[in-house]
Order: sequence, then C-alpha cells, then structure tokens
Amino acid sequence: MPITDMTIRDLSQALAKAELSSVEATQAHLERISTLDKKLHTYLKVTEEAALSAARASDARRAKGEAQGTLDGIPMALKDIICTKGIATTCASRILENYIPPYNATCWQKLEDAGAVLLGKVNMDEFAMGSSTESSAFGITRNPFDPDRVPGGSSGGSAAAVAADLAVYSLGTDTGGSVRQPAHFCGVVGIKPTYGRISRFGVIPYASSLDQVGILAKDCADAAIVLEAVSGKDPMDSTSAPMPTENYLEACGLEIRGMRVGIPKEFTTELIQKEILDQLYQAAEKLVSLGAEIEEISLPHSDYALPTYYILASAEMSSNLGRYDGTRYGLRVEADNVQDMFIASRSAGFGAEVKRRIMLGTYALSSGYYDAYYNKTLQVRTLIKQDYDQAFSAGIDCILTPPAPSPAFPVGRMTADPLTMYMQDICTVPVNLAGLPAMVLPAALAGHLPIGLQLIGPAFGESKLFAIGSKLEGPRLLPALD
Amino acid sequence: MTQYLTSIGLEFHAELKTKTKIFCSCPTDFSGDPNTHVCPVCLGLPGVLPVLNRHAVELAVIAGLSLNCEISRFSKFDRKNYFYPDLPKGYQITQYPLPICRNGFLLVKDSQGRDKKIRINRIHMEEDAGKLVHSGDNISNSAYSLPDYNRAAVPLIEIVTEPDISSADEAKAFAEQLKMTLEYADVSDVKMEQGSLRCDVNISIRPENSDKLGVKVELKNLNSFRAMYKAIEHEFKRQSALLDAGQSIVQETRLWDEANGETRPMRSKEDAHDYRYFPEPDLVPIVIDEAWMEEMRAKVPELPEARRQRLTVELGLSDYDAGQLVMNPPLARYFDQLNTANVEAKTAANWLLGDISRLLNESEKEYSEVPVDVQELVYLLNELKKGAINNNSAKTVLEEIFATEQKAADVIAAHGFAQISDSNFLQQAIKEILSANPQAVQDYRAGKKAAAGFLVGQVMKQTKGQANSALVKEMLEAALA
Repeated sequence: MPITDMTIRDLSQALAKAELSSVEATQAHLERISTLDKKLHTYLKVTEEAALSAARASDARRAKGEAQGTLDGIPMALKDIICTKGIATTCASRILENYIPPYNATCWQKLEDAGAVLLGKVNMDEFAMGSSTESSAFGITRNPFDPDRVPGGSSGGSAAAVAADLAVYSLGTDTGGSVRQPAHFCGVVGIKPTYGRISRFGVIPYASSLDQVGILAKDCADAAIVLEAVSGKDPMDSTSAPMPTENYLEACGLEIRGMRVGIPKEFTTELIQKEILDQLYQAAEKLVSLGAEIEEISLPHSDYALPTYYILASAEMSSNLGRYDGTRYGLRVEADNVQDMFIASRSAGFGAEVKRRIMLGTYALSSGYYDAYYNKTLQVRTLIKQDYDQAFSAGIDCILTPPAPSPAFPVGRMTADPLTMYMQDICTVPVNLAGLPAMVLPAALAGHLPIGLQLIGPAFGESKLFAIGSKLEGPRLLPALD
Repeated sequence: MTQYLTSIGLEFHAELKTKTKIFCSCPTDFSGDPNTHVCPVCLGLPGVLPVLNRHAVELAVIAGLSLNCEISRFSKFDRKNYFYPDLPKGYQITQYPLPICRNGFLLVKDSQGRDKKIRINRIHMEEDAGKLVHSGDNISNSAYSLPDYNRAAVPLIEIVTEPDISSADEAKAFAEQLKMTLEYADVSDVKMEQGSLRCDVNISIRPENSDKLGVKVELKNLNSFRAMYKAIEHEFKRQSALLDAGQSIVQETRLWDEANGETRPMRSKEDAHDYRYFPEPDLVPIVIDEAWMEEMRAKVPELPEARRQRLTVELGLSDYDAGQLVMNPPLARYFDQLNTANVEAKTAANWLLGDISRLLNESEKEYSEVPVDVQELVYLLNELKKGAINNNSAKTVLEEIFATEQKAADVIAAHGFAQISDSNFLQQAIKEILSANPQAVQDYRAGKKAAAGFLVGQVMKQTKGQANSALVKEMLEAALA
C-alpha cells in the first residue's frame, strides 16, 4: 500500500515495526503535496523543513524506545485558523497575511506534545466565514473528486487535504458546519465534538459561543484517536468542559443493538436533494439490520435555526474582529489620523463576506435593534436546544440527518448569491446552536461525488457517534487524482 | 432671580489591589518599562481567551459589602465595543445588566451637619485600557502616539451613585468618605494622582419649584477632589447663567480645564458611541455560593465608623484624636499595632498625631510611609514611660530613627540620653546643690515654691541634663520638707 494511502493506525503500526520511518512518511506526503497541490491548492503554507525536523525527532524518540503513542511521527495539517508558534497563521485573510503567533493553540500543543508532524497550514474561508473556501483571500481550493467543484467550507482545505491523501488527518473548526459540510463534499469523516470538549484557546474566533475545533480523518477510528488526543479541560479556556476524555477508539467497537436512532422529519424535506435522502434511508435500513431502532422524530424549531445562527454568529464576529484595527499587528494602511487608519486598514484587510457579516452583526447589536434581533435569537436558541434535549431525554440515542442539501457544487455557482450559500448550513447549524456533538461520515458516491450522513449525539455523547458511525462507514471513497 | 437645585451623580473607577491582571497572570504593577507586563492574553492577540481572576471578584465583593451593597449571587460579563488604540481587543470586558453589586449607600454630612444617605446604584467589574503616550498634547495633534499596554486588563470596579448629591461640598464629602472606605476595605490603593482612583461627575440643575431633573452634563478630566469641587461650582454657575438667560442646557460631556478653571465641551451625546453591549461568550457567569460568600464576609476589615467607635468608647480617645486617626487609615493601623504592644492609647495617639505627623509632613512622606519600625517606637515609648529617658531626648531619638532608621537603643546610647535615676547618686547631687544655694533654700522654705524650679535646674545643669528631672523634683521637695 502506498504510504500516503495509510491511516493513522496503519502508519503507527508500520512505524512501531520499523517498516517505515516518520521521515519517509513525511517525505511521501511532502512529495505528493508538491505534485498535486498545484492543482488543488489545499495548503496555504507547507512547513517542509519544520516537518522533516519534527519527523527526525520522532524517529530518534522511537529509536530510544520513547515514542509518545499512536500519533507520534504521523504527518498532519492544521486549518490556518489555529495558532502555531512561529508559523504564520492568517485565517486566509489579508489583514493577518504576515501575522506570526507567539504561542500555540492548546489543541495543536497537545498534538505537538504527542509527536505530531505538521506538514503545513491549510486553506479556509476567510475567518471561517463561508461554505466553499471561495472567500479565502489567497485563492480557492478545489474538490479532489472534481476540480471544477468546491471542497465545501469553511474547513475546505482540511477536508480536501485528507481526501487527497495530502495529510493523514487534519484539524478544522466548525461554527455552523464548517467541518461537517466539507467532510460530506470531500468524502471523509468529520467530527465536531460537544461545545467545550476541545479547548478554543489559540483558535482564532469567528463566533465564540458556537466555535468548536473538529477533526477530519480517513475513517472513524482515526478520528476517534485524534479526538481523544485533543480533548479535555484547559485552564486557559473558561468554556472548556471538565468532562473526562473517553476512549473513542474503543467506542467504535461498541454494540448498537437496541439503540434508538431518530430521523427528524424537518430534515427530510424537498430542500434536500433526492440522492442525499436515498443514502439516508439506506443507512437507516442498515442500522435496522444491525438491531437498532429507527424512529421519526420532530425538532419543531429547526426552521428558525438558520436566521438565528446568522444573527448570533454575525453579532459575535463583529465584536471578535474589532481587534484587527492596524494598531498592533496585521495589515496597517497609513492615514492622516487614527480613525482613518482604522477604516483604511479594515477596508483593505477584510474581504466582502467578512464585511457583509460585520455589517449584519453590528446592526443586530445596535441600540434599538438589540432586543428585536440579538436578544430574540438567544431565546430561539434556547428553544432549539430544548427540541434536542427533549428528543434525547425521550430515549433517542442518536439523530440521523443529511449533512447538507446537495453534494459539492461548482466553483463560482453561489458566490454572487450569499443567501443560497447560507442555505448550505441548514442541516448543520442547529447542532452548533444546541452545542451538541455531530459527525459526518461518507456513505457512497453519487455519480462521481461523495455523499455523507450526519449523526448528532447528546451532549458529551461522542462515544455513541463513534459506535454508530463505525457501523455505517464502508470502504474509503477515493478520488481519481493520479 | 430663580434659585436652582443641583443633582449630582458620581462615577468612580478604582483599581483593585490584585497581584495579577483580571484575565491573565501578568503583574498589575504598571510602573515598568512600556509593554513589559504584557502577554498574548492582555494584548488581545488573535485566539486568546480571558480567564477570570478569583481574587478580583473577592475584592469587588468586599468593596460592595463595605459600601452597604447587595451582592449578586449570579452575575456575568459583557462586551462594550468601540475602537481606540489603547483598547487591545476592540472591546472592553465589563458588566452591563448584571453587575456584581447593587443598591448600596454611604452616609455623608449635609450642610446642616445631619447624616444624608447617598445611594449607590451599582458596582461593576471591568478591565482597564492601556495608556497612550502622544508625541504632542493629544491624539489629534500628534505626529505619532505610542501605546503602552502594561495597564491593559488591570482590574477595576466602577462605582455609580444615584443623583442624590446636591452640592459640591456634599460631592467632596462623599468622595472622601468613599476613598476612605475603599482604603479601609483594603481593596484599592485609591491614589488619584496615580490614577488608581478616578472620578467623573454627572450634574444637572433645575428651578427650585421643579421636581423634574434637568439636562445632564458629564464632567471628565477631574484629577483630584479639589478639581471635582471646582468643576461642580463652575458648572453650576455656567448652567444657572444659561437658564437665567432663557437658554437651554445641551446634554454633553465636558472636560475640566484646570489651567483656565472652566469646563469645555468634549463631545455631544448625539454622536456618542453605540457600544453594542452583549454578553461576553468567552467567560462563564460568576456564581457565588453561600460558602464563598461567608468566606468573603469574613474578609471585610473594620470600617471607619466601627473604628471611630472603638477608639473613643473602648480606648477613651477624644473625638478629635479618633477622627484624625480614622481619616488616616495607615496611621490608624500603626496606632493599632502600638496599642497591641501595650502602648497607652493616649500616648500612642499623641505621638502619631504630633511628632510623627510633623516629621512625615516635613519629609513629604505619605501616612503609609512611616519609616520607623513599630518595635522601635514601642521601645522608645517604654523607655520614656520607665523614666529611663526624658521627653526631650525621646523627641530627638525619634527624629533620628525617623531619618536614619537606626535602632532606638543605639541612638539613646550614642547620645548618652539614658537618664540618671539612681537615688544615691541623685541624693548626693541634691545635697551639693542645696548647700551651694542657701538663699534659694531659704526662699523655698519661706513659701516661694518657684525656688524649687531653680534648684531642680541647678541639679540638671550639674548632671548635664541626664538626671531624671521628675525624680529630682520629687526628692528635692522631700529634702526641703
């Protein structure tokens, strides 16, 4: 098997048996990046030297019998929103084009401590705002299954890099579906855990109450290994949860007989394309054959999720992005006075989608509009959360839904039509509003494009997602690239 | 001519005395070189998150308890959004609808000397901003301005009163009472000149016969209570003159111009910022359970009124002395230490309010900077009480240990101040003086009691001032009886 086809488990075993070195694994990926990424543009920056040096260090540890665990020596990628000490972290924005963080995000620090080899930083929608990676200031990323189509977004680079074997796994972030929709478009596994499961420290915020780090991997078992490694309470993040980390790899082997899986009727409407629903029903049949029960359920406030999300997320981002004013770091456009310097820097530094959301969010928080918009969305958010709480307290173990209305769409199709683009998030945003864990896993190809399934679990019930997800996943979907 | 009533509300910002900043572990001491007490968190670098300093919450609660406030068992932080180069994140983390303390009050004396209750609407916690150093006078006329973020995210409390204050005198009395209370509560350094206590004024006036509050004007740039007093007086005159002339008051913020003794407009409320407050999603709410509340209640130190009672009723000091000590908390603490070491209350008060205050004044030191170790002063006062040194020597010793921080015993020895109280020695000296001054002896016995003073003086002269004069007087009178 080619090195770049291998999973984390395959590589880890090969490294343990000394059939392969981390340097060889890293070189294989770097070579593949240099051949394929000209076309796909998943990476914004390839950290070749640092990667090889980390790989050599890993090999040296292993030679001394001091390997750190399964992830030691495995090459991977980070969404360019996760701060890496000494390595530019741009959020795919002009305003942070030359920004080099002086500290590591906690999730990356944990992986680095576990021996991870960082291949580089991957592309995304600017500040994670978008569903196609087309709002990146540094060029679009192409879908490995069809270069004329988008990889999804905002973690499009993270998903496409794993799909194209340009990284063994990657981290992304998910505020309204930004890990799960790209996983669906690119035929990989994407998990967004419960809000608070993974520290947000060092992850450049879009909407703080919704943002969560997620994992993109070749299969459920790999995602399980990485999730366990990056989870846990962080003293640097007050909103991280003091919940014990679980052994998710073990959870992949759990029996699902007797589990109750709900399909919400609000998610199977005519807004969802037929080939997506076909996969959903086939998956339901498979679960029944494995002894699970399938029930139709109702999440009555689902229709309100999208407007609620766009008001709430825009409001939070309008504040979170206030710090990019040209004073301390990032792009500065000089002007005659400080006010004009702020305006010139922000005007030149932010792209159209970011500006659109700053205006939406500023409006929603303005005095006189706060109650009608922001405050109302907080109330609706509570109702949406209650829908899910009621379903789970009625004994549902897991909810099965489509991940998005359609498979990957052509590049440029929606850039002029933001509302249609926002509809991409219709199946994923309720999960962030409710703070719940969800996984998207590939089901099958429809034509040449991957179709995924979404599983939503109760808070901190990631183990159930792995138990069911691992039963539903088939052989990996592979793009025809070479 | 119409008489006007004044309504004044005050807003104070006090820096809390924590070791570290409110959301990170940088030191709060911002005296270092610019931008040396900073980290990614207080610089607001992309991706950082705030973590609340528990001690800051405790000090805010203790301040609230000291100002008779209700403490919120559930409160939370909000973001106040605006752009300014001293503000690292583009927003300030503060508290808006759910402050940590509410509904307090302080009593001040009104113009008739009666107690007047000034209500405190709220106390909320927030972070301080950085400081800008301008190449010119201000940000608009400078070629460049340099931000220093050492002060950024130092914890503050903002204390907001109701508009219950009706004169500059009451405002000053309230400010002094508040400052003293915060100092007693030991929650803040409350130094206006160093910016650890800042004050803004909201003032409106209305005709005597009206019960509707007038248009509010906010006064800023008040760097001392004196400036506050003068600004209120000036503003009252300015507003009265406008109303007398049939003009209306503009709702605005005005800056106090100390040099010209007047206020001038800063910005009008019409184009004021819309701060777009909303709940801070990066922090969890502050929940105070009963156990924590009890712990904090136990940490509230003795407050001014309780101390005044103790000094007068328990320790028998005069109202005046007690008042002087209460007004100077560091001196009052020193007093308590002397008292604990069994120095008589009256003696301790006399020395602290007399010589020590004089020496502090002469050397331009603060009351918190008494350079004499308590143990040394206790030693000195005990020697005096025993009669081992006399009062004049004690003052000289105090001056020296104040100036040089030597040991009292060493100074006494170096000067040979130890008094002679040896009765055999003194008996001999008295005998010699009596036989050398028969006339004086005769005068005394003839009823001229003043002659005793002359004879005591002669003994003192012969012993080079080292005799215990009280004892000499006593023995001499006995010898002549």
